[in-house]
Amino acid sequence: MELRHSTIYLGTTAGLILVLGGIFLYASHVVITSGPLFARKTALVRQLELTDLCLFTEASYTRHLSMTDPSTPFQDSPMSLEHFPTGALVVPPPHLVRSNGKHD
Amino acid sequence: MIEHHRHILDFTLSSLLRRKGKNGALLLVYSLIIFILASVLFFTYALKREAALVLHESPEIIVQRTMTGRYQTIPISWSDKIGKINGVISVRPRLWGYQYDTTFQANYTLTVPSENPPESGSIDIGSGISTMRSVYKGDIIVFNGHDGFPRFFTVRNILSYESQLLTSDLILLSEKDYRDFSGIPSDQATDLALRVRNPREYATISEKITHLYPEARPIVRTEIQRTYDAVFGWRSGLVTVIFSAAAIAFIIFAWDKASGLSAEEQREIGILKSVGWETSDILLIKFWEGIVVSLSAFLIGTILAYAHVFYTSSALFAPVLKGWSTLYPTFRLTPFIDFGQVATLFFLTVVPYTVTTIIPSWRAATIDPDAVMR
Repeated sequence: MELRHSTIYLGTTAGLILVLGGIFLYASHVVITSGPLFARKTALVRQLELTDLCLFTEASYTRHLSMTDPSTPFQDSPMSLEHFPTGALVVPPPHLVRSNGKHD
Repeated sequence: MIEHHRHILDFTLSSLLRRKGKNGALLLVYSLIIFILASVLFFTYALKREAALVLHESPEIIVQRTMTGRYQTIPISWSDKIGKINGVISVRPRLWGYQYDTTFQANYTLTVPSENPPESGSIDIGSGISTMRSVYKGDIIVFNGHDGFPRFFTVRNILSYESQLLTSDLILLSEKDYRDFSGIPSDQATDLALRVRNPREYATISEKITHLYPEARPIVRTEIQRTYDAVFGWRSGLVTVIFSAAAIAFIIFAWDKASGLSAEEQREIGILKSVGWETSDILLIKFWEGIVVSLSAFLIGTILAYAHVFYTSSALFAPVLKGWSTLYPTFRLTPFIDFGQVATLFFLTVVPYTVTTIIPSWRAATIDPDAVMR
C-alpha cells in the first residue's frame, strides 16, 4: 500500500523534531559534564594570567581586545584607517569607548 | 477533525510537489537563511559564555602605563605603592609581548607564566604553533631577539589541545630568557597584575591608582569580561554584517510571497472555489503550505547550524575570523545554547512566512472564481 503524502511528511517532521530535541538534550548534557574541562581552563587562565581569548592573531589590538588602546588601530593618524580585516569585525571594548569618550 | 486536516495536508503536499523545482529551491534558500542565522546565534552565544566562564579567573585589575596615548613599559617600583592600597592582596609584574615569525608570517604571544615557568633555554608552545611549524616536545626553535641575534629554545611542552581558544599562539618562557630576548630592562615590566579580594573595591582601587600615577591605565576584570559580550553582541560588525544580509534576503523572500500569487496559483484557487471549496478550506491549504515550507526549513537549518558550529568548528566562519593571520585556533566550542534565542528565531521566521503565505490567498479566495480564473 502506498503511503499518504501527509504520513510521509508528518513522519519526517516528527523525526526532525526528535533529532533537534535530541541535539539540545545532548548539548545540555555536555554543558553539565564540562565542569572539569572548564576547571582546567580556568586554572590555566589563573596560572598564565591571561586576559583574552586567542581568536584573532593578525593584529595586537584584536589578539588582546581588552588590553587595546584607541590609537593602535589607527597607527599615527585618526585618518589612517586600520587595515586588518578582523578590525572591521569587532567593536572596541566598552571601557575603552567610555574612558576615551571623557577626553573627547 | 484530524482526518479533515490530513486530507487538506495531502492536497497541499500534492500541490507543492506539482511545482517541485520552484518549491524545492524555495526550501533550499529558506533553509540556508535559517542555517546562517542559527549558526551566528549558536557561535556568538557559545563564545560569549566560554569567555565569561574562563576569563572569570583573569587578574582582577591590570595596570598599564601609557604615554601620549601609547603603551609604555611600567616601572616595577610602582608595585610598592600600589601594593599598599587597601584591598590589594598582591601585585605581580607581568612580562608579555609579541613576536612576528617572518618565515611562517605568524604572530606569536610571548609570556612569562606566574607559576611553573620553563627553565632558561626551554619553552612551552601552544598547539597551534606546534601544528603550524611541525615542532614537538624536544625539538629546537630559533627566534631572533631584539638585537638581531638568534636565540635557541628547546620545546619543553605543547600546551593542551583543549585549551586552544586560550593558548593556540602562546610561547611560555622564563623571565631571564624573556628579558634577554626582548631587551626589557630588569626594573621594567609590560604591566602589573593585581589580585583584589572584594569586587566592590575595583573602582575605588582603580581611582586610587590613577590618583597616584596619572599616566596609569587600570583595566578591571569585569571590563575584560564585558569586552567579549560587546564583541559578539548585536552591535558588533560580525553579527551585524551576517545578520543584515540574511535579514534582507528573508525580507525579499517574504515580500515576494506577500505581494501576490502567481497566475497558476490564482487559477488553482479559482478552480477550487468553482468546484465548491469554502474560502476557509483554501486558507487552510495555504496555512499548511506555509507551515510545511517554513517548519521544514527551520528544522533543517537549525540542525545543520548546530553541526556546523559544534562539529566543524564553524568552518564557514573561519575565513572571516582568520583575516590575514596564518595561525588560527581550531577550537571545539562547548555547546552552550540559549533556548530563548532559538524560540525567537522560530517566531521570527516561521510565523511571518506563514502569515505572508495566507494574506494574498485570502484576497484571491474572496474574489469571484470566474474573475480569478480570467
